[in-house]
Amino acid sequence: MSKERIKIAEELYDIMPAEYQDLVKRATYGNEQRGWKDIGNAKELIEEHSLCAGCPESMAFRYILASLPNPEDTVMVGSTGCTSLVFPHVAVHNIHSLFGNQNAIASGLKRALSVRFPDRVKDVVVLAGDGATVDIGLDMTLQAWFRQEKFTTICFDNELYANTGGQESGLMQKGFVAKMAPVGKSFEKVRLPEIARESGCHYVVNCTVSKPNLVEKVIKNAVHIAREIGPTYLQMYTPCILEIGKNSMEGLQEMRDSEKPSERFAYKEFVSEPAKELIAELAAKEKERKAEAKRQLASQTVAVG
Amino acid sequence: MATQTSFIGQKNKKDQVYTDPWNMMFEAERTPSFYTGSEVIKEAVRRASCDMMVAYPITPQSEAAALCGELFAEGYIGDYFRGESEFAVMSQCAGAAFGGARVFTTTAGPGTMRAMENFPMWAGARLPIQMIVTCRGINSPLSIQPDTLEISYLMQTGMLVWHAETAQDFYDWILMGYMVSEEPDVHLPLALCCDGFFVTHTKDMVNLTPTEMCLPPYDPYRSPVPCMDMECPPVRMMRDPFVMKSNYISYATHASWQQEVWAAIERSRKHTIRWMNGLIETENTDADVVIVASGTAVSQSREAIAILEDEGVKVGLVKVKTLRPWPGEEIKEATKHAKHIIIPEFNVTGWLAREVSATIPNNERVHAGPHVCGGMTMPPEIIASEIKTVLGMKVPALAGRG
Repeated sequence: MSKERIKIAEELYDIMPAEYQDLVKRATYGNEQRGWKDIGNAKELIEEHSLCAGCPESMAFRYILASLPNPEDTVMVGSTGCTSLVFPHVAVHNIHSLFGNQNAIASGLKRALSVRFPDRVKDVVVLAGDGATVDIGLDMTLQAWFRQEKFTTICFDNELYANTGGQESGLMQKGFVAKMAPVGKSFEKVRLPEIARESGCHYVVNCTVSKPNLVEKVIKNAVHIAREIGPTYLQMYTPCILEIGKNSMEGLQEMRDSEKPSERFAYKEFVSEPAKELIAELAAKEKERKAEAKRQLASQTVAVG
Repeated sequence: MATQTSFIGQKNKKDQVYTDPWNMMFEAERTPSFYTGSEVIKEAVRRASCDMMVAYPITPQSEAAALCGELFAEGYIGDYFRGESEFAVMSQCAGAAFGGARVFTTTAGPGTMRAMENFPMWAGARLPIQMIVTCRGINSPLSIQPDTLEISYLMQTGMLVWHAETAQDFYDWILMGYMVSEEPDVHLPLALCCDGFFVTHTKDMVNLTPTEMCLPPYDPYRSPVPCMDMECPPVRMMRDPFVMKSNYISYATHASWQQEVWAAIERSRKHTIRWMNGLIETENTDADVVIVASGTAVSQSREAIAILEDEGVKVGLVKVKTLRPWPGEEIKEATKHAKHIIIPEFNVTGWLAREVSATIPNNERVHAGPHVCGGMTMPPEIIASEIKTVLGMKVPALAGRG
């Protein structure tokens, strides 16, 4: 799809909702240079969200949607939880079906899109919480990676079941006292990034969403690598401020505190050899594009001058 | 976006001609072939222009699922793989159908139960997936033998549910099934059930349509809901997700959508009647005793009817082909003269008898039984014996019945 496809017939323009008119006029579909800096300047692919005030997940959603390299041909797959309250506001086709089956849905979806559109790029991106990814859906998460399914899995890790009211999850820290862990969680936080690497993911990142430029970089890498090589996994800390006793304005600091070098969300990445080559290729292309743009600008300046 | 309006007459990559389905099913020459039920499934899928099949081993459908893999290797199916469990497989099928593919899968017994959460989701999402269910026991201790209990669960999911008697039914209904379930006013998944082993593992003479003809491809843009391929404009679905709301509008939305799914089942009636020549088949329904049955219980009933005929007892027969849509009016009409309605079933609960009892007037006429389960066969003699008992005739003691 391109921006062409969402054009409104002239006769019907005035009866379309203002936000749709806005989407047609000012969205960044088809702009290869789109990124987090478009936030606030261009029409975003997420409308007002329905999460708690100050929820870091809402920041994460905005950065990710702004960073998708190919939103006009991207289908997202979600799962049950707070993310499923946001997806209805997102201007990218997205599927909610059941709790925990997101990587199975994405496997079928990606293959179907490959069968139906063999000559076109259709990206599939999974975005689900830690309960869906690591607990109830772990089997399907891992099996999709074993099979080398070509899509990106993003886990919003808030270290508990937020939407159901703060119950223990596999990604919760050991010792944390929560609902269903009345004397503290008895085992360590599941080391899914390491498991992802061993399961065949070509690009694995563990980080917070405190830095939009970092989110943009890892999203673009993850989607490109999944498209060309194989599965990629991003685990992003999106703390549930409500359930860890923080105020609305404290989410960002919580992420900054948790990404210090000795903390559990210190930036970690794994990149397979073929993925490294692809990243280098993409970087070289980007460099060439910038140089070309500079040359063009210079020639225009000369012409004007 | 696909803008092609017709594929009829064109060839696919296997040189099969996309054929008008009505011509293919009713006018093209048929070739009698001696095949197992599993092989018949393969032959139907060969002609079904499927984009995707997801497989998982469970007896007694494993052979059919593996044979479809051979079709993929030969190039007849767009993609094929083994999933990790039935729950995952049915979600993978859903993902493919959300993405606009014609999808086929098979399962059985415990697999059906494991995957159950997917089925109301398929129906609610209006995904016209076709699933073959080769029924087997779901009880503990472990059983792999025929038993139709799982059908009673499927009947509440919002799926179309058909119950094949023979391999010939299977062959025709797989192909017709796509034509019915993909209609825009239906667009629902189909559970095409048979009694495991009895149909899958026995050989039968089946009349096949020509190999060089196949169904036209699925057109996902005839769906009543958007195909998730970013080929049509993505609009924000709603300002606030209904799941967050506890108000009348939220309840009304969910209620009306469920009603719409069940209305779509009803709307499938007209298409099903056209393709399958009715939701039921009847014989001698003017008799005092009428058997109502589905699946291989129909075949056994035919044998019982022959036995009783030799003894001078005339018995009618109603073969129930579709369970969803439920042929309530048809059964009511077909049993209106019957003094006794006998309902033999391959399960312990007698779900068919319950459905019939809830449908017809004067339902004290319904005799739920005989029931066999856990893999037992149903000798025609026990059906004949049940009928004689009902009629007050002398019945010789049968082995196992005391």
